Amino acid sequence: MIALLLRDLKLAFRAGGGFGLGLAFFLIVTVLVPFSVGPQSSLLSTIAPGVLWLGALLACLLSLDRLLALDWEDGSLDLLATAPLPLESVVTIKALAHWLTTGLPLVLAAPFLGVLLNLPAPGFSWLVISLLLGTPAMSVIGTFGAALTVGLKRGGLLLSLLVLPLYVPTLIFGAEVARRGAAGMETQTPLLMLAGITAATVALLPFASAAVLRINLR
Amino acid sequence: MIVTDLAIARGGVPVLEGLSFSLKAGKALILRGPNGIGKTTLLRTLAGLQPPLAGRIEGAEDQIAYASHSDGLKPTLTVVENLSFWASVFGTHDIQRALDAFALNELADRHAGNLSAGQKRRLGLARMLVTGRPIWMLDEPTVSLDRNAVQMFADAVRDHLGQGGSALIATHIDLGLDGEVLDVGPNKAKPKPIDDFDGGFL
Repeated sequence: MIALLLRDLKLAFRAGGGFGLGLAFFLIVTVLVPFSVGPQSSLLSTIAPGVLWLGALLACLLSLDRLLALDWEDGSLDLLATAPLPLESVVTIKALAHWLTTGLPLVLAAPFLGVLLNLPAPGFSWLVISLLLGTPAMSVIGTFGAALTVGLKRGGLLLSLLVLPLYVPTLIFGAEVARRGAAGMETQTPLLMLAGITAATVALLPFASAAVLRINLR
Repeated sequence: MIVTDLAIARGGVPVLEGLSFSLKAGKALILRGPNGIGKTTLLRTLAGLQPPLAGRIEGAEDQIAYASHSDGLKPTLTVVENLSFWASVFGTHDIQRALDAFALNELADRHAGNLSAGQKRRLGLARMLVTGRPIWMLDEPTVSLDRNAVQMFADAVRDHLGQGGSALIATHIDLGLDGEVLDVGPNKAKPKPIDDFDGGFL
């Protein structure tokens, strides 16, 4: 399992591995928002938590179609399925590798991009906390979507359509935590909901992903 | 490994039926048959990647090392990195024997993406040696190999058989191995009678 994680991380950091794609997209979106909505800092600080959350979500979505497709194309998914690793742990490791190479950099970059959007001071810690709790769910749900569409040519569009509705609860509660935090309000309720969604997806979806992958490999 | 009365399907269409054979330790079984008869489907079924339509397969799936048409190599990893990844997935750590058997030592630090088709194939076959599993299932293993490499491969299989392993190989060339030939041509699934169509559709 460790070997698979290390290989995936190594592949992501090597040339053409796609590391930084999500991060660059996140950067571009947040840099362009002030140009498009205008320079009123009060308006920007109101929409900052929502924009940052939406940017992070779309950046996550961007790298999903490569998550299992590359392994499927070169045949290593077939070979992994016949290897001693259970498919459940293969998809969990894949999701973890995706989070480490896409989700975690987004979490770390978010406070710096928050400055560009004039995010109010109390919002920074809540933004990081909410993204830290929410991005693992996005990776796990994304892996499920990737497992559903593996083997389809140009499955990226279908993948986005399947995954976006599943991202909505995470987006709602995650952005709500960041918004309430920025406004100096109490954040406990949305934070617990967000944590609950993440815990449930991490616990249940790997089994669903492995099951659909088994069917897709036939 | 004993297979009795196996029927298999590709994409929902039955391709082979009534297939019975056994694979004994120390022996190879050469799978022959025209293109499209279902040799790959048979190997995938035996490797546990898809369920059979009917029949029984005795012998544990976790004894099988399967090599498909594609080698499962990552172009941005080196030869050694590719091989040691599969070695640690299968819980073995000796890749030197595999490098020696397929003369990959001088290519060890090259990226797999820079190898020729035949060299990639050799690396893909070297993977079988690091799995440490007794039953090898190989699908057209000699495609794009030159005569020397075919000899290397035949030696590796002979070595494996000598250690009590077995191999099921779908190939069209003569490898000079100790074993029987299984021609699956006569087991081609008969098309269903046409009056069954409505029933099948419903």
